[in-house]
Amino acid sequence: MEIFNNLVMGFGVAITPIHLLYALIGCLLGTLIGVLPGIGPVATIAMLLPITFNLSPVAALIMLAGIYYGAQYGGSTTAILVNIPGESSSVVTCLDGYQMARQGRAGPALAVAALGSFFAGCVSTLIIALAAPPLAEVALKFGPSEYFSLMVFGLVAATVLAHGSLIKAIAMVVFGLLLGIVGTDVNSGVLRFTFNIPELSDGIGFVIVAMGMFGTAEIVANLELKDKREIFTKDVKNLWPTKEDFKRSWAAVMRGTALGSFLGILPGGGALLASFGAYTLEKKMSRHPEQFGKGAIEGVAGPESANNAGAQTSFIPMLTLGIPSNAVMALMIGALMIQGIAPGPQVMNEKPQLFWGLIASMWVGNLMLVVLNLPLIGMWVKLLTVPYRYLYPSILVFMAIGVFSLSNNAFDVLIMAVFGVLGYICVKLECEPAPMILGFILGPLMEENLRRAMLLSRGDPMTFIYKPISAGFIIAATILLIVVALPAIRKKREEVFVEEA
Amino acid sequence: MKIKSPKDFWSGLMFLGFGLFFVIWAAIYYQMGTAVRMGPAYFPVLLGGLLAVLGLLILLESFVVEGPPVPAFALRPLILLSVGCVLYGYLMKPLGLFVATLALVVVSAFGGHEFKWKEVLILYAILMLGSWLVFVRGLTLPFPLCPDFIANCPIR
Repeated sequence: MEIFNNLVMGFGVAITPIHLLYALIGCLLGTLIGVLPGIGPVATIAMLLPITFNLSPVAALIMLAGIYYGAQYGGSTTAILVNIPGESSSVVTCLDGYQMARQGRAGPALAVAALGSFFAGCVSTLIIALAAPPLAEVALKFGPSEYFSLMVFGLVAATVLAHGSLIKAIAMVVFGLLLGIVGTDVNSGVLRFTFNIPELSDGIGFVIVAMGMFGTAEIVANLELKDKREIFTKDVKNLWPTKEDFKRSWAAVMRGTALGSFLGILPGGGALLASFGAYTLEKKMSRHPEQFGKGAIEGVAGPESANNAGAQTSFIPMLTLGIPSNAVMALMIGALMIQGIAPGPQVMNEKPQLFWGLIASMWVGNLMLVVLNLPLIGMWVKLLTVPYRYLYPSILVFMAIGVFSLSNNAFDVLIMAVFGVLGYICVKLECEPAPMILGFILGPLMEENLRRAMLLSRGDPMTFIYKPISAGFIIAATILLIVVALPAIRKKREEVFVEEA
Repeated sequence: MKIKSPKDFWSGLMFLGFGLFFVIWAAIYYQMGTAVRMGPAYFPVLLGGLLAVLGLLILLESFVVEGPPVPAFALRPLILLSVGCVLYGYLMKPLGLFVATLALVVVSAFGGHEFKWKEVLILYAILMLGSWLVFVRGLTLPFPLCPDFIANCPIR
């Protein structure tokens, strides 16, 4: 019953007024940016990272986590009412949610999305509480070779699950790893790739890279699109779903939660993959697949539950192994490091308040979201009528403040602009920035563990194969790569992603 | 030979270029070391080599597999938004928060589809007040508010 005690302690932390307030701020901000197309949780969390320096670690993580899962709630609103994914993980919700809105059933669609998300949020919070401690226990026994192999596996899995070309995704990871080691080499003290620029001796700031690649680059990409929006606001009257709706959606919610929780744990997983997977699953399971795309409520219930479940379970590898599974988790690790906490399996034992407080706050946050969201839908929809030409300068101002405040240095803003241009080029060339960000945060860690492992094995690279756990990761990574590279599966994979896009 | 997939051609070239750069730079300026005691060049050479090989593969594939063309770049917003941000950074120390924000808002607004002075100035006023109240007063970020040449800044 240790879990029970731990959860009680967690709730004790989560329901203190100050933490409730930060959970609320996080959830509201998350919903806001979820509703607004063109700004995602990655850019928002990157923007707020410098500010969290002034908060306690618990409050900082509670707020940032709230932004991620809050965005999953908000994204569905825009998808259903405007047919634009407010969040990339709501892309599939557009398909059936918007059709339901056109049939005058926006209310039930929104309600099912919110209730499904809440159910998924409760279940996945429990899954984190149950799965994290044993995983951290195992991870505490990892040596450098195990860690190195785990990172290889994580990065390979992240590329396999990324959109588009596999080889480009791998190249982006390697590019990220290289950029990650810019700065002072910890072993020799040599300044690497700094070009005599003193600001680079501590490395390129992670927040700066993330904001450039996901912030400025995305804003420019958005400015290219002319927005045409048709909003079904006046139709949001009858919120409560009918008995028939409930009957059709409960199984979809269950399946979506299960699939989303599983996909969230995988490296490279998270909300996005979960919602795509769940839609495909619902279409396959349904007795009326022809209704999909024409307003099938299962097509809203499944993916919306899945994306919330996936958003939350993706915290498991971050909290237990210190390995990010997606760009948002990479930022969470950044937040921990800003607070002087080394991410890894020891966090649970050394900072139980932080660990269990965060988990409990997720449940509290989900409750807030479901209570707040349905009554506030009218307000969120009003926000959608704000033209993008007001929005993007405001986003830029926040980004510039965030980056400048890191060290009160104009050079950081310059670097952000450079990565904005690079990110935009990558968008144009169909090179996903997310794998690069993962590589960037893991670069120094990988080098460190590789060095230690090779030192311990006296330069024998077979150490990665001789140790069973390490070998397991390497074999799994190899199998993944081979399987995905097989022509038949490669074709299928590309089809899946094309269908989604 | 004809380029069949321009997107792959250019991304391959980009990766190849970056990869070779990291390998050559590291090999010239830093110590390689041995596998047991890796020098600062070891890991970058390893990864840079891998990146160059991947880039080359993508490059070669672009002559074989058909792919879409590279879409046009929206240079105007890209340049104006980047310049706006850089101006913000470099104007902050000499001229203070209010001028820096003005530069960023006006320059980036020029990157949009339509530009109306009245709208932009109202937006600026809101953002300026917001960043002053929230970030300087609320979160106590040590940003300079007035330009350098004003000795006693009346605003706190």
